[in-house]
Amino acid sequence: MNPHTKWFAIRQELPKKRSILLGILAFLLPLAIWSAVSYVPGMWHPMVRVSDVGHVDYFQVGMLVEREVFDDENKYMQEAGKKQAIGEPSNPIYLPAPHIVVKALITAFQTEPIRRGEPWLHESIFHSVQVIFYGFMLSAIFGVPLGILCGTFAFFSRIIEPFVDFIRYMPAPAFGALMVAFLGINDAPKVAIIFIGTFFQMVLVVGNTTRQLDGALIEAAQTLGANAKNIVSHVIIPGIVPNLYRDMRILLGWAWTYLIVAELIGASSGISWFINQQAKYRNYENVFAAIIIIGIIGLSTDIFLSWIGKHIFPWENRSKSSIFVRITQFIKMQSAKLREQSANAS
Amino acid sequence: MNKLQLPDYKTPDPEVAARFDRIQQRSVVLNVDHLGKVFSGGDGDITALQDICFKVHRREFICVIGPSGCGKSTLIRILAGLDYPTSGQLLLDDEPVEGPSPDRGMVFQGYTLFPWLTVKKNVMFGLRMTGHGKNFAEQEALQWIDLVGLGKFANAYPQELSGGMKQRVAIARALANKPRILLMDEPFGALDAQTRAQMQSYLLQIWRNVDITTLFITHDLDEAIYLADRIIVLGAHPGHIQEIINVPLPRPRSTDQFLDPYFLATKQRIEELIHPPVEDEQEILPMIRMTQSGDDIL
Repeated sequence: MNPHTKWFAIRQELPKKRSILLGILAFLLPLAIWSAVSYVPGMWHPMVRVSDVGHVDYFQVGMLVEREVFDDENKYMQEAGKKQAIGEPSNPIYLPAPHIVVKALITAFQTEPIRRGEPWLHESIFHSVQVIFYGFMLSAIFGVPLGILCGTFAFFSRIIEPFVDFIRYMPAPAFGALMVAFLGINDAPKVAIIFIGTFFQMVLVVGNTTRQLDGALIEAAQTLGANAKNIVSHVIIPGIVPNLYRDMRILLGWAWTYLIVAELIGASSGISWFINQQAKYRNYENVFAAIIIIGIIGLSTDIFLSWIGKHIFPWENRSKSSIFVRITQFIKMQSAKLREQSANAS
Repeated sequence: MNKLQLPDYKTPDPEVAARFDRIQQRSVVLNVDHLGKVFSGGDGDITALQDICFKVHRREFICVIGPSGCGKSTLIRILAGLDYPTSGQLLLDDEPVEGPSPDRGMVFQGYTLFPWLTVKKNVMFGLRMTGHGKNFAEQEALQWIDLVGLGKFANAYPQELSGGMKQRVAIARALANKPRILLMDEPFGALDAQTRAQMQSYLLQIWRNVDITTLFITHDLDEAIYLADRIIVLGAHPGHIQEIINVPLPRPRSTDQFLDPYFLATKQRIEELIHPPVEDEQEILPMIRMTQSGDDIL
């Protein structure tokens, strides 16, 4: 049997159509589960949303009541010969249905801040992106050169790496209180947390990447007359740049995971502030929307960076393109076909 | 089976012998003088090379051959300056060698082209590093690329080239620096047999057109005899010179010479040196059957 007709073949790439199908399913399946839980009655629905209070004195229209309580009250009403309450099975408020969250993805941007002077959602997002940008830039400015030095010269590796390795095990948020003491309550401690969370890892990761460069290339350069300075600038740096770029993409992902903690330090701000604020007012659809927005920003930055990477490193192996690239290719192909067909038709 | 009657490899035809006399009179480019290398490790010292002495004359083609573990790679790394000897000395044009330098160009087995540079820029690399201007380097590079027959690929990246082509670029890159001696460390070892034969002819052609002295490491007997003026046969444990053989074949070489009696005689001699006859007869083991009865193979 042709291995390509199997869905499960060890270390065999699937045909293109199947890969794309699976990539789409990766998103559709969780969505399907979420939809099922939200829309299929009896799937979960532990609550009842009251639509007619009947004679239950403390019920209100639109109130969410636990199903047991609802049933008990109705039983009393029935026994007392009074009018029973009517309601629809419903999920708890913290799990809004997909369509409500989708709507919130748009309305969240249009919701006016609750108090005057508070930022709109887009302002909060921009603030978060800024914190990430400064924190990550700062650690890259110092971390990358240090890492390259560690990977190139044993001297730097021996004097820097043990200490960095030590600090690396301290969780960045643990420095929160200290950073507030040092740097005040505004953005500075937040940037510092992102910096602490990424810098020490970066030194080690970049050092390792540098060490992985094929030593024969360095020896070849030596026999061609390159001195130490030129070997660093003309062999080591260009040699590791594609891998360095990949490292940075991964570390940027880490920066996002530190963001939420960083933003809660001192005066809370940015997207985390928005999430907390909305949760306080029980606008959970906005909470979901904000979390999804973080995912979208992270993913689209990564796709964008990987796309740029392909164009700035033409000598690199055409690595297996990610599922998203393949999906966009597929959509492009299909739309080109459609256009062709419509052109033929007219 | 009749054993072939082969001539004595030490008494070539007078014309070839006269050529060796002329080579002997040329100046010495590389003088390897009682070179030794001891690796000190946790389990004691290991002698990789012991008392290696030979001289390479101007425009000579030397092949170094030996069984694995004989230290031939260590030797060429020392010659290139990538490793250092623990005894003896190494003189290039009567000057002691210290560290790697562009006057000893090296071609590695693993190509070692810079993947981020195009063919042209790879070849320009050495010239730029030794302080030549960009325009000069570019002109020179293109000339060398043409010489190795890759003019069309000047702007290609190494990744787009086949193994043989990559190695030709590596040769051009080493030659562009106009080294005093070209060191080649099993340069065709990773190539398939056909490409390898092609590359050997290419190399001889380049060697005819460029007056370069070459020291070539290989473990392939045919390759060594086909290419070399002299073959240095190393022995293992510790690495030492067993014999330096003058290849009794006239130049220019051609593949027809693979069946020349002198070629075979030389090959036989080297074979004896690197694979000495095994003394005890191997025990004959009973045949293990993988098949069922009914499909007998006898």
